[in-house]
Amino acid sequence: MARPAGDINAGSMADIAFLLLTFFMMVTTMDTETGIQRRLPPMPDENQIEQAEQINKRNIMVVLINNNDRLFAGGQEMPIVMLKEKVKEFLTNPANLPNLPEKREKEIEGFGPYMVSRALVSLQNTRGTSYKAYIEVQNELVKAFNEVRDEFAMQNFGKKYDLLDEDQQRIARDAVPMNLSEREPRDVTKRRR
Amino acid sequence: MAKFRSKNSKKKVPALSTASLPDVVFMILFFFMISTSFRTSERVVSVILPEATEIAKLERKDLASYINIGPPIPALQAQYGTEARIQLNDAFSTIEDIRDFIAASRESMSEADRPLMTVTLKVDEDVRMGIVTDVKQELRRCSALKIMYSTRRKAAEQKGF
Repeated sequence: MARPAGDINAGSMADIAFLLLTFFMMVTTMDTETGIQRRLPPMPDENQIEQAEQINKRNIMVVLINNNDRLFAGGQEMPIVMLKEKVKEFLTNPANLPNLPEKREKEIEGFGPYMVSRALVSLQNTRGTSYKAYIEVQNELVKAFNEVRDEFAMQNFGKKYDLLDEDQQRIARDAVPMNLSEREPRDVTKRRR
Repeated sequence: MAKFRSKNSKKKVPALSTASLPDVVFMILFFFMISTSFRTSERVVSVILPEATEIAKLERKDLASYINIGPPIPALQAQYGTEARIQLNDAFSTIEDIRDFIAASRESMSEADRPLMTVTLKVDEDVRMGIVTDVKQELRRCSALKIMYSTRRKAAEQKGF
């Protein structure tokens, strides 16, 4: 009694699949998220009396971008192309000058003692700084740190930082810590009045 | 000429089989379904990201929550003006809404993933830092400390390697 089932025409299957495909291509995105990753400092406890951390003046470098996107680093105005070299010199202090950051011997696990610089770069901006200038400076600073790390990795492991294995990367991170602090903005305009 | 055969000759070129075309298309479909993600929200602010070279990829997209800051899109400018605003999910928001927003996105993650949550700031390059700083301070107060400044890759300096 059962009639033999005829073949289902699969010719329109492709059309259906194309329709689904177009739908997915329209409603989804494929852009990979890229950006500069940073870690914010935790909020200081309000009850706690603010401990003024004693940082020696030679160890800190203030990078300030003002309302007009002009850049001041280490107390002098400079174009952004010079910033990276200035920061690198500050971080490494190759000639052990007394006005550049001091280095302190630190035992790094799996590597031995190393003279770790105590340099701290403090990035400050005002409320009127444009985001573009801020990211540009942020980018240069991160680049300076990355290049110093690369140099360290090249000297000790013969490879760039990115190509090191996990343990070696940790050593490089310990030897060249990313001491980049982002302070709350100083209201430069108000202070002047 | 040997190449031209008469119609009644016995050898006929068989019709091209399209039976496997659906399979091919389905394969492309599955590729798209796996490699892409749904547009989560409609933008109500227009954002042109700044460029940078020292960028890292976001490893886990599912652990990211997005804060967009920029001027309203042209269609909404008559209503909201051109002053930079914060967008959370798909509506204009204020600084005070960030706390709830962070709490809600924390809630939606599993216990183990919560410390890995990254807040991605998508900020227009012409925005002034004042509003960005307010957002950052609020994030510090919510102890959502892992942030990422979303940027575009600068094309000119890729050759360096």
